[in-house]
Formats: sequence, C-alpha cells, structure tokens
Amino acid sequence: MRFERREHRSTLLVVATPILAVIAALAIAGVLIAAAGAPVFEAYWKILTSAFGSRLSATETLTRASPLILTGLAAAVAFRARLWNIGGEGQFYLGAIAAAAASAHLFAGLPSLLQIPLLFIVGAFAGMVLLLVPLWLRLRFSVDEVVTTLLLNFVALLFVSMLIDGVLKDPAAFGWPQSEAVDAAARLPKLLARSRLHIGLGIAVVIAFLIYFVQTRTVFGVQSRAAGLNPSGAVFAGVPLGRTLVIVAMISGGLAGLAGTIEVLGVKGYVTTDLSPGYGYSGIVVAMLANLNPLGVVLAALFTATMFVGADGMSRSMGIPTYIADVTVALSLLSMLVAVFFTQYRIRR
Amino acid sequence: MTDTVLDIKNVSKSFGDNLANDDISLSLAKGEIVALLGENGAGKTTLMSILFGHYVPDTGSVSVMGQALPAGKPRAAISAGVGMVHQHFSLAPNLTVLENVMTGTESLWSIGSNVSAGRKKLLDISQRFGLKVDPDARLGDLSVGEQQRVEILKALYNDARILVLDEPTAVLTKLEAETLFSTLKDMARQGLSLIFISHKLDEVMATADRIVVLRGGRQVAERKVGETSKAELAELMVGRKVTRPVREASTPGEIVLEAAGITVRSGGVDRLKSVDFRLRAGEVLGIIGVSGNGQAVLAQLLSGTIGRSAGDLVLFGKGVGDLTVADAVSCGIGRIPEDRNRDGVIGEMAIWENAVLERLPEFSKAGLVDRKAGIAFATRIIEGFDVRGGSPTSRIRLLSGGNMQKLILGRNLIERPKILLAAQPARGLDEGAVAAVHERILEARKAGTAVLLISEDLDEVMALADRIQAIVGGRLSPSVNAEHVDAQRLGLMMAGEWGGASDAV
Repeated sequence: MRFERREHRSTLLVVATPILAVIAALAIAGVLIAAAGAPVFEAYWKILTSAFGSRLSATETLTRASPLILTGLAAAVAFRARLWNIGGEGQFYLGAIAAAAASAHLFAGLPSLLQIPLLFIVGAFAGMVLLLVPLWLRLRFSVDEVVTTLLLNFVALLFVSMLIDGVLKDPAAFGWPQSEAVDAAARLPKLLARSRLHIGLGIAVVIAFLIYFVQTRTVFGVQSRAAGLNPSGAVFAGVPLGRTLVIVAMISGGLAGLAGTIEVLGVKGYVTTDLSPGYGYSGIVVAMLANLNPLGVVLAALFTATMFVGADGMSRSMGIPTYIADVTVALSLLSMLVAVFFTQYRIRR
Repeated sequence: MTDTVLDIKNVSKSFGDNLANDDISLSLAKGEIVALLGENGAGKTTLMSILFGHYVPDTGSVSVMGQALPAGKPRAAISAGVGMVHQHFSLAPNLTVLENVMTGTESLWSIGSNVSAGRKKLLDISQRFGLKVDPDARLGDLSVGEQQRVEILKALYNDARILVLDEPTAVLTKLEAETLFSTLKDMARQGLSLIFISHKLDEVMATADRIVVLRGGRQVAERKVGETSKAELAELMVGRKVTRPVREASTPGEIVLEAAGITVRSGGVDRLKSVDFRLRAGEVLGIIGVSGNGQAVLAQLLSGTIGRSAGDLVLFGKGVGDLTVADAVSCGIGRIPEDRNRDGVIGEMAIWENAVLERLPEFSKAGLVDRKAGIAFATRIIEGFDVRGGSPTSRIRLLSGGNMQKLILGRNLIERPKILLAAQPARGLDEGAVAAVHERILEARKAGTAVLLISEDLDEVMALADRIQAIVGGRLSPSVNAEHVDAQRLGLMMAGEWGGASDAV
C-alpha cells in the first residue's frame, strides 16, 4: 500500500471530500454530545446558527477569521520556503503591544489616515524582528528554528505580560493588567455599523491576493518556491538562498505582527494576555488546511473561525461542557486535513 | 527445467490507461541467474513489485517452490524466501549493520532481542558468501557499495532463496560492480536463484544465464546468454536499431578556459590539488575518474556554486575571480549537473519554470516573470530536443530520466553556449537516451562549443572526447590524445599511474 500523488483532481472529488470530512467529524463529535445528554441533531443545528444564524453571529465569525487569515498567511509563506515559523503567536503579541504602545505614546493625536498605516508598519516590524533572530541563529549556527520560534512564543508572551503589568499598564483599569488604550484615531473603521467587524477583514483578503500574486508572478516568488522545494537545485540555478530566506522571514514575521496590530486596533483597543485565543498556532492549521495556497488560506480561515464560533455557541446554548466544543473543533480540523490530503493523494495497492 | 523455484504466470497490471505489465510469464530455476532487461518504464520494477507483494496484479499468479503466493502481502513473499535488494536502499543510516539486518526479524512483543544469535547468523552468512562487513559499523559511515552488501545480507538473513536485485549497479563504481558480479555468481553456484534487473547490456551479458527482455510492458524476447549478442539485445530492448553517434575529426580553436594550479579546500581537506587544464573551442576534453576523486568539486567550481582556495581561472583570455552562477550563465557556460534530480531540476515546479530558473533576469521585467516568454522558451526546447511526456506547464517530475536530461541539455544548448560543462551526462539513462545525449554533445562540439565532459564511463569518454585527463585524489593527470589510448591505459590512469602521459594541447 502506498500513497501516490494525483495528477488530475475531479471537481466531484474536490467538492465532496471536504463535505464528507465535516460529516465524519460531526458524527464522531455526536457521540460525545449524546454522551453529555444533549440532543445531537439540535446541537448540530446550533453550530450552524451560532456561526451564521444572525447578523451578529455572522459578523462575529468574520471578525474571528480576519486575524486567522493573516497568521495563516504568515505560516503559509514561511512553510513554502521551508522556514518552519512556529512563532506566530509571539509575533502576534509583539506586533500588538508595539502598536498599542506607539499609538498611546508616540503617535497620539495624529490623524487616522496617517496614524493607522504608521502603526501597521510598527507592528509588522516588531513581528519581523522576532523572526529574524531565530533565522539568524539558523543561518549562522544551524540552530533548528522550530525550537527557537516555538520557545520565543513564551518569551514574547511573558514580555508582554511584564509590560502591561509595568511601564505600559493602564492606570485607569482598576489594577487589571492591561495596556493603555490606543488613541481614538487609531481605531480601525468598522465595516458594518453596530458590529465588531472592522476593515481588517478587507485588508487581510487583499494581502492574501497580493501574496498570491507575488508567489506566482514575481522573480522573488518563483525563487523562494524553488528554494523551499529543492534547496540544492535552487542553489545550482543561482538562487541566493540566504537572502531569499531573510525576505521570506520578514514577510512571515511581518504578517503575524500585523495580525496582532489589526486585532488590537480593530477589536479591543488595548492589549491583554488573552488578546489571542491561539491565533498564532491556529494559523499553522489554517496554512496546512489551505495546502499553503494564499487564496486557500482565506477559505481555511473562514472554516476554522466558523468551527470556533459555532462549537462555542453550541456548548453554551445546549449547556454541555466546553471541552466538547474544543473536541469538535479539533475533530473537524483533523478530518479536514485528512480530506485535503486525499484530494491530493490516492492510496494504491 | 526441473528445479523451478519461481513461476510467474500471465501477470498483467495496469495503472489507469497505462498497461505496465501485459501478460508476462517468467520462471526461474534453482541456481540460475535471470536478467530482466528493459529500458526505463518497460515494466521491470512493476513486475518485481508484484512478485514482492507491493502491488496486486490485475490477472495472473505468482508461485514460489510450487506454492501460490497470496497477492499483495510482502510478508508472505519474505517468508516464502523472496528477498529484494532495492535500487534505493531501505536501510536506516543511524543504526548499525547488525541492527539493520535484524530489524523486522523478531517479534515486536518479545522482551529482549537475541543479539548474539543474530550476530552469529550474520557472520556465518557473510563468510559463506564472501560478503565482508563489520556488524557494529554504523550504516551511515559505510560506502554505497558496502551499504548494498548489507542490503543483500539482510535478504539472506531472512533465508531468501530467491534474490531480486533492482538495478544494483546504478549506484556503484565500476570496481564495486565487478565485485558484486562475482559475488552473485558465487551465490548462484551455492544454489540461490537470482533475478537481476538492468538496462546495461555489458552487465547482463557478463552475469546472467538467461535474459528476458521487456519493452513497453510486454515480454518481447527470451534468450540464453550464449545465443545472443549485445547488438541483438539492444535492438530488442529499444525496438529499433540503436547506434551511438561517432565523433568526426575536427580542428580545435582558441583556448576558452584555462585553469592553472587550482586548489579547493573544504573541511580541512584539499578536494582539488593544484589542477591544470586547458579547454579549446570545438573540442571535448574528457575528465575521467572513479567517483569521489574530486570531479564533483571541479564541476561545482566551474558551475559557480563554490569558490576556490588558490589558483587562476582564465575565461576567454581574461582572468576571473570566483564565478557565481549568474556569471557562469551570463557569460555562456552551459551546465549539466551530475545529479539531475537533486541539482538539475525542481521536481514539483513546471517544465517552463525549470527551463528559465537559472536565467530569470532574461525572462522578467521589473521583477515580474514573463510567463509567456518562459513557456515559449520551454516549447522551443521541447520541440528542438525531442522532450516527450509533458507540456511546458506540467510538473517536470513527470518526465522520465532521459527526457528530463534532454530538457536540461536543451535549456543549455539552445542558446549556443561557448562552453558546455557536462557532468555524468548519460548516467542512469537507457540506451536510446544515451545516444540522443551523445549526439547533442557532438553537435555542440561541431558548432564550436568547448565541452568539458566529466564521466566515469570509459566507453562514453572514449567515444566523445578528443583529449582525456584522469582525476585521482583531487589531482589531474596531464592530458592524452584520445586517438592514442586504449581502455587499459585509461584504467591505469584512473588508478593514478599516469607516468609518461603526453600533453597534447
């Protein structure tokens, strides 16, 4: 028995496998839901209505999808070049805190049109720096970046925690550890009134298209793809491997930092240590679901956000334990990964 | 035949529309060596995968020692006494020889591993068949030839009575191959039966008792070794007469590339030691040597992927510093890498992308790749160099080795390079593709290209080169005129005995 790459994928296969995957995941989750004593089909219905049943829930799902698109792109871009950036979470927080601090202290009072782009640059730059350090260690000393980027997540999170309980602490927050609020002019305009949905979603989608264009149409894109697929072949063809990786790291770290920036400017307005429910890590799953395709990332992020919001709503409204919601999310992501795999490979015996 | 140990009857197997095996029957007697001869893609490996239980045949049956073998069960094949030596070894480099050999032979549920019994058995086998190994050596530290020996030992350790070797010499040097052949003959004398998959005529003629020829999934002929010839086999295998091209006399022109005292040091070792050569327009200079003697480093240096530690490189009459890949490509050096899968192509990228990757600046404007021009370029190569099996936008991995090599040749030769650097250009290719590659190289020579041919294949170098230099331990011999040497003399040169070689520049 072996796996063989499919050369042609039929439309039926591409459409049917993800649907089957969701059905399979829900079927397994159904066992747990039934064990918890809740009516299974009603619970399924709740997943759907909690994610898309009302204007509020639909905008909430889309709000959740925005940072996931960006962290998903961060992972996809890096993985394409075989730079294993597991540090999206840390880059996300560093981007968020850098933007929040810059807005409260450096750029306070600047008009929105000037301040927001400046904050984007600051946040992206912070994420970039956090990834360039592990890359330098890899290029200089061959230190495995999986380990360094992963561990830097904790360093970054604790660093942020120190700042918001120290120099950046909001004096008006009744002792809660949170950063000072960003300048009012730095808040992202809403996409829809009376919702949390902000222009971050549009920015993320535009960036996804931009990256797709860069990867498929530019010299840098072709070279970085070659470097990822076959490093020694790329060297033979004259691709500057080190330089390519540095640029890839800047894009990847920058995107994760930008995700944090947009989240803090668009949703909360200040930084706490629960700003991200694991957006950095989920971005890795999103990237894998999308098979590292930037446009696929948008769809994969939507699916992931749907499962997050839907399963959460299901457990709340049905009164079943929240861990069942977590299991449902995990099951759906796992089965979707398997489905993505089988749209590309077949079993041959 | 009295002692039939293996009987493959009417086996067919298709993958989609592709009929890989069409009604093939093959039997094997005790103590017999049968060669399965065919070009790449003729269905040899598929047939053996069916025998070994990796594939389930669509029709037909396999029986060993008179017992039918259940289809699709590798374990049943092993316990029936079928052993397989794969082209790409299935060994773990981080384990010792003994550990590799014993892996899979003991139950997962047994508490301890009976290492001392295993060691004894291994040493017994190794002595009986004259396959010397150190049981405690780490596999990764062994040479490729030794690793193959371990793979054979592993099969014998599993009490194989039938041994299948899939292109066993593809990775070996000439000397290692000779040793392997005498071992195989010895094993046959001791009662083992062997199937030997190959597309190399010399080997087949030297080793086998009987030869079965496959072409396009069908069994086209079966010959006793004494009743056939290389020429007949070549024709049977390819399906038409194949003639390797012949080099015509010519007068070489200007010196285009000159190396003086070039040394390359890496990891504290001199990989190239004060190497001198001159290359003229319109000639082929053959660098011959057993692999691992520095020819790979020489190729890398001239390809622009590594720098030198000392010495001068003169290109078109001007001294140059360290070449980069971009320099090499832009000043008209065509490069054919030794390992086309590792260095020559990016398997998952499209054919057109592989065609233009090393010359992206020519195929882009303001950082944007000109896809149309790239596809047009690839189409020109595909048409001009008879590359079959893919369109410009299909992934290059889908091409056969020969067609991939034709594409690599094409992307270098289509722009008429002044220098062509060809490292092992015909390695692993079947007879038809070798002839095509040689023809292109001789065409380039005729058109005035200076060719540096690095090869370990004596026949190839003698057929193509005007002058020959041997490389041994990083040193390059003086050059000899190809008209005045024979294989024996070259053999001596490759062994480092180049005493009174005459410089014929």
